[in-house]
This record gives sequence, C-alpha cells and structure tokens, in this order.
Amino acid sequence: MNVLSDAAVEKALEQKMTEVDYKMIGQDVSVYYGEKRALFDVNLNVRKNTVTALIGPSGCGKSTFLRCLNRMNDTIASCRVTGKITLDGMDIYDPSIDVVELRARVGMVFQKPNPFPKSIYENIAYGPRIHGLARSKADLDQIVEGSLQKAGLWNEVKDRLQESGTGLSGGQQQRLCIARAVAVSPEVILMDEPCSALDPIATAKVEELIHELRANFTIVIVTHSMQQAARVSQRTAMFHLGLLVEENDTDKMFTNPDDQRTQDYIMGRFG
Amino acid sequence: MSASHIYTAYDEELKYLMRRITEMGGLAEQMVADSVRALVNSDAALAQKVISDDVIMDAAEREIGDKAIITIARRQPVAADLREIIGALRIANDLERVGDLGKSNAKRVMAIQATGVPRKLARGLEHLSELALIQLKEVLDVYTTRSAEKAKSIRDRDEEIDAMYTSLFRELLTYMMEDPRNITSCTHLLFCAKNIERIGDHATNIAETIYYMATGDQPEGERPKDDLTSSFGAITE
Repeated sequence: MNVLSDAAVEKALEQKMTEVDYKMIGQDVSVYYGEKRALFDVNLNVRKNTVTALIGPSGCGKSTFLRCLNRMNDTIASCRVTGKITLDGMDIYDPSIDVVELRARVGMVFQKPNPFPKSIYENIAYGPRIHGLARSKADLDQIVEGSLQKAGLWNEVKDRLQESGTGLSGGQQQRLCIARAVAVSPEVILMDEPCSALDPIATAKVEELIHELRANFTIVIVTHSMQQAARVSQRTAMFHLGLLVEENDTDKMFTNPDDQRTQDYIMGRFG
Repeated sequence: MSASHIYTAYDEELKYLMRRITEMGGLAEQMVADSVRALVNSDAALAQKVISDDVIMDAAEREIGDKAIITIARRQPVAADLREIIGALRIANDLERVGDLGKSNAKRVMAIQATGVPRKLARGLEHLSELALIQLKEVLDVYTTRSAEKAKSIRDRDEEIDAMYTSLFRELLTYMMEDPRNITSCTHLLFCAKNIERIGDHATNIAETIYYMATGDQPEGERPKDDLTSSFGAITE
C-alpha cells in the first residue's frame, strides 16, 4: 500500500483516535449458532457519546452483534463468539471480567417493554439496590427520581410511584424500561428495536429521549426502520448476511453511501 | 405557526434554513442597492465589493442546498414541512440569481466609466431599482410572516417594474439614435436595466413560492406582465 495514499492516511487517523473516541471496539467478531455461522469477521467501532444505528434486512446479524456487546449471547447454549470486543480498551471476554458488572456498565432495552411486575418505584430501585449503589432510602429516592426525570417520565408518574409498572401505556412502559436501564449508571445503552411495539407519538418521544441521553451515554440501537436510523443516529452500520457492509456517518449514509448494496437497501431496490 | 415538533432538533434544522435564507436576502438587497449606486456614481471600489459579495451568495446557496437535502434524508418531511424545505431551496436559488444580476451590473461600471451616465438615464435606472428593491424587501418580510394575501399582492405588482423598464428601454433607444457615441454606454445600461427587471421577476418568483409554502397551491391567474419591449420594431424618425 502506498504510504501516502488517502486510505493509508485515514487508517492512521483512525488508529490515532482509538484511545480517545471509541467506547467499544469490535475486532474480527464472528458468531456461530452450533454449526451455523451468523457473523463473519465484523470490525465495528462504537464512538463515545454517539448514537450508532445497526440496520439491515431480517436475519442479517445486527441483533446478534448487539448481544455480543454485553455478552447476552452467553445465555444461548449453542452460541460461540470469536474475535475481540473491548470496552474502554478492556477485553469483555477476559476471564477476570464479572459479567453481571459488565451488564450494569452496558445496559440493554428490549423490543417488547418488559417492566417487572412490581411498582414503578421498585422497577427503578431494584437494580441500584442489587448493585449496592444506594446507601440509604433517601439515596434510592434520588436515583429513582433522577432516572425517571432522565427518561422524561417523572411528571407523568410522580404521584403514583406505588402503582404497578405494568399498568402504564406501551410508550410509558418502554420509557420505564429505559429509566430502569439508566438507574444503574451504565456507560453504554444497547437498544434492540425499542420502538417496534410503540405508536408514532410514543416512538417520537422515545427518539427525542435517545437524542437527549446521548450527552451522557453511548448508545447502540438496532432498528429495522431506516427512517428511524436516519432520524436518531450519528453513525450507521449496515449488515447483510452476517457481513458488515458499510459503516458511515449517518448523513452521508442516507444521502450518498459508499457501497452499492447499502444504496440498494436504503432505496428499497432489492434483488 | 403550529405546535413544535416532538423532535426539537427538527425545529432547529428548519429554523436554521429560515435564518440562512433571511441572511441571503439581506445580502441580496444590499448588492442590488450597491450595484446601482456604483453605476450611477462610477464608483469602481463599490463595484468591486459587489463582485466579491457574490462569492458569499454562491456559497450560501450551496450550503442551504446541502442542509436541505440532509434534512429531507433525516426527517422524511411531509406536508407543510416538506413545502417549507422545498420552498427554501427555490428561494435560495432565486436569491443567488439576484446576486449574479447585481454582480453583472457591477462589472459594467468600468465600461461606463469613460462616458459616465447622463442624469436623466441615471434617474430612470435609480427609479427602476427602487421598485425592484421594494419588491425584494417586501417579499423577504412576507417570508417571515408567511401571509398568502401579501405574497399574492406582491406577485401581482410585477407589472409596475415591467412598465418602468419598457419606458427606460425607449429612452435608451432615443439616446442611441441621437448620438452614435452613446451607443456603447447605452447598450451597457440596457443590459443593466434588463438585469434589474429580472431581479424584479425573481422577487415575484419568491412571492409565488411563499404563497405555495403557505397554502400548497399556486396563486390564481396569470402573472401580470407589462414588458412590451419584445414587440418593438425599428423606430423610424
């Protein structure tokens, strides 16, 4: 490779940025479900305080990759992960890592809102209590209020914290789940199609919330809606058949992507 | 205006476009006024300023175009938002042309410097440009108020500028026939007058775009035209 070529300069700049800008780095990540290979040598870096969207058709491996980032794939018996994934430079598959602690640092919000069958207060308080994040009831109260504020839910539920979390509307339940994730002070929040089950207004509120959370968290969101990826993210990664096809600045991705396959997919020209 | 978007960033993006258009409009007004003053006073320095201002206009149009396209890709706008963004693209294009016409006039200052501009013609040119400037100023006000009524009334007033241009055209022909030494400078002045009449047309385009942004329709009826110069045959003594 010509040392002075554009590609060489870009690579050098990227490597220089490694220490400062990347929260998580995925190197040659492959995933196997038994004999079947679901991801092929994925190299994807997640930038700090940025929303990164993972898009692609059904079965492309985006959710599989997302679940690698907080080792949720460990819970699937036949699943095997190879390659290296780091959080702040530290290998998350290192034997010395406490997986429970990892999942507090890298939280997750799922497609279907899944509040605990407890009170709204308890939903939020559960995590911090288990992780020993609060020394007193007053501390816990503060964490609960702070998390609900951050999720934009406080005003709607402050007078009924003892009511069941499952009594809220779909959109509110999802925001409750986000508040619950935020309560344990994670650094990264993973979201797997968080708005799929929500109506347009609830979706808009969650997306606005994601926009605000970016200031304090790093967010990775899997979405099957390209329009959502365009609205909500700064970086977008497109997956297809287990391969990372393109990872780019979102504005560039949706106005002039580098790869023809990306362009075909986002324009809706298939086959 | 209606309630804000749930996505505050969306409102920011639209406001940014509006602000840039307003800034472009201000610069366009200034360039038109400066270019005519430079012509009438044979002011080469002022002419040079207008020429360099045009670079800013070109850059602004490109920037507004880029931002509008990104907003469309990001937000998939519909209805009033979509008309807003498309309107901004069209208006930026019209304002950039106004800048070009002002620059074209400024460039002719050197050519006219030798003979200067006769008092009567200068007055005619100034009057014409005043009418064009009023159109431009008012249409940029309507851009902020979005009054469909006002936009339509501005659009219907284009014929005043056309009529003024027609009479100036006649005068220039007379000057040229009186003394062939006037032909060079009068030809330049003819182009300048035509450019100013075109500026008036662009202001009218903007009024039609604003009407569309506000209502989703084109204004009714033909745009009134009073430029009769295309029908002038050879003038015999």
